[in-house]
Amino acid sequence: MDNLKKAILTSLWFMFLTFPLMVVRVNTIEKIVQWRFMNMVYVGVGAFVLSYVWRYLLAKRQIGESRDETGGGRRSFGARLLSEPRLYVPGLAALGLAALAFPLAGSMYQVNIMITALIYVVLALGLNIVVGLSGLLVLGYAAFYAVGAYTYALLNHHFGLGFWTVLPIGAGMGALFGILLGTPVLRLRGDYLAIVTLGFGEIIRLVLENWSDFSMGPSGISGIDRPSLFGMQLSVNGSTIYMYYIMIGLMLLTIFFTNRLKNSRIGRAWIALREDEIACQAMGIDKTRTKLTAFALGAAWAGLMGVVFAGKTVFVNPASFTFLESAMILAMVVLGGMGSIVGVVLGALVLILLPEFLRDFALYRMLIFGAAMVLVMVLRPQGLISGERKVYRFQAGEGSHE
Amino acid sequence: MNKVLSVTNLTMDFGGLRALNEVDLDVRQGEIVALIGPNGAGKTTFFNCITGMYDPTEGEVLVLTPGGANVRLNGMKPNKVTEIGLARTFQNIRLFSSMTVLENVMIGRHCRSRAGVLGAALRDPRTRREEQEIVDRSYALLRELGLENSVNEFARNLPYGAQRRLEIARALATEPFLLLLDEPAAGMNPQETMQLKDLVLGIRERYQLSILLIEHDMKMVMSLSDRIFVMEYGQMISEGSPAEVSRDPQVIRAYLGEDHHA
Ligand SMILES: Nc1ncnc2c1ncn2[C@@H]1O[C@H](COP(=O)(O)OP(=O)(O)OP(=O)(O)O)[C@@H](O)[C@H]1O
Ligand SMILES: [Mg+2]
Repeated sequence: MDNLKKAILTSLWFMFLTFPLMVVRVNTIEKIVQWRFMNMVYVGVGAFVLSYVWRYLLAKRQIGESRDETGGGRRSFGARLLSEPRLYVPGLAALGLAALAFPLAGSMYQVNIMITALIYVVLALGLNIVVGLSGLLVLGYAAFYAVGAYTYALLNHHFGLGFWTVLPIGAGMGALFGILLGTPVLRLRGDYLAIVTLGFGEIIRLVLENWSDFSMGPSGISGIDRPSLFGMQLSVNGSTIYMYYIMIGLMLLTIFFTNRLKNSRIGRAWIALREDEIACQAMGIDKTRTKLTAFALGAAWAGLMGVVFAGKTVFVNPASFTFLESAMILAMVVLGGMGSIVGVVLGALVLILLPEFLRDFALYRMLIFGAAMVLVMVLRPQGLISGERKVYRFQAGEGSHE
Repeated sequence: MNKVLSVTNLTMDFGGLRALNEVDLDVRQGEIVALIGPNGAGKTTFFNCITGMYDPTEGEVLVLTPGGANVRLNGMKPNKVTEIGLARTFQNIRLFSSMTVLENVMIGRHCRSRAGVLGAALRDPRTRREEQEIVDRSYALLRELGLENSVNEFARNLPYGAQRRLEIARALATEPFLLLLDEPAAGMNPQETMQLKDLVLGIRERYQLSILLIEHDMKMVMSLSDRIFVMEYGQMISEGSPAEVSRDPQVIRAYLGEDHHA
């Protein structure tokens, strides 16, 4: 009942606020004032419905939360689904087949979109190591992406090195820059770290933009070689399909690797660092080393994807690595659920593919997109999937003697 | 007997505030020593100084490792101190709340294991063996502390007393020779406190370690400790067996105030 009252008040308030804009219209040609009271009704009803739904959802969430606290370790639906092989194995198999057959069925345009989506999946998984697992809020992730892209662009332009040669070099350069950035910011946490890394991202971009002798400035580097298949150069269509399969491979590799890392000694140290830095050190974890490992590994994936990006678009310029890029990747991690690999993959796919599906809605595309994001954050602030932890097996019967 | 910990002349300044003033304290092998004192006396600060959280302004912190080496801990990083063999719990519980109970203890094994990034990716037999050893030993510790029924629960969902015990389990996982407990009975009811007392005695027996604990519960302190150190306003004002300390007029004054004469 209280909700209803508040929703009515909100709608009245909105009607009042938008009155001059929506209702009164001065027609300067005929010199009359038009009163569009229908608009006022629309605003009122719209605001009422939205505000009521909003309150209802918030209330529901609160109930859910308090139940969570009393009910102990209630796992989310997503987490339950993931722990049941019977449920996910057939789904996964179907998904795999569909992914493999996709280039044959889809148009070149669609394949290209999918490649982009896969690149973002890997980027998000990389950032997930830093932000999701280790809790280090890095806002300049696109800088490492740029480092990888320019590594390939420059090495290819000047020395003619091929895609496959530069792929590991790009990852290495990413890791190197990760350590370079990580070292001075070891003491920073939270918002401070976010601001410094944001600055770092902009510095890299500005250097690339202005140091023309090195990076050819804003006009960028073009004519980068596409990846070759056993020394053959493929047609544009052929190489797009080839790139698609490369990306599928790299994504699987990334998932495999990050999943193993997450449930390893190193991964646990990252999570502990995120949870409580002081206790983490007191338990004998070297904070410096753990943080730098996270920075280096996270940035390595960005470097790797940078090379792929340069090989895909055959052209790089600094405009591809703005803050917006970093923010998008971060949004994927947060939306998907910090630390959860399945969640992050989902988050990345949703954020890249949803705007594509919404193209039909043209004007309202970004609006719907924004609303969808807000909705997810209200309903599931912990992300789409969260709270999955590995269940370890131990020798239960054994006595406790070492 | 051998002194596993000897602190001499320890002073800690925070800007103008002297939280510790030329404090001496020692713990002998296998002893349970209590550090008591009114609120704000500097007990937690003392712990922070010997575990590397703070770098003391002056003084010496020396330990004798089971290997027979004398090590000076001043200015060492906390993780190094833990590696050497001191482990602590916190006055305000500091668990890794969104990790499971088992994982919390597994973190304690970090400094006693070696697997790196490559090991994690390849999962070679050595890494797998090490991982299994971590899990098994952590589970054994949880059984010992009576937490085996909540192994896979999130640490934050445990009741208060269990969280305190989990902190002890986590500290034990680092294989310390000196265990530092900061108010382990805080927030426990009398029955839980009694169980805790037996637990602490059991731990000393089983792991052959020495224990230094801060505690406000006098009944527990008096019945548990071999020796007691009393602190007030950053100064050590008394030291001795429980009987000696409880007779000390200075201690009585510190606890009951100036006006009372026992
Ligand atoms: N990091 C710090 N910076 C400044 N002052 C501090 C700091 N840590 C502790 N102090 C001060 O040092 C004094 C001793 O504090 P400490 O926490 O060691 O007391 P305590 O004996 O553990 O008390 P309690 O029984 O309440 O836990 C207090 O006056 C406190 O305000
Ligand atoms: Mg204290």
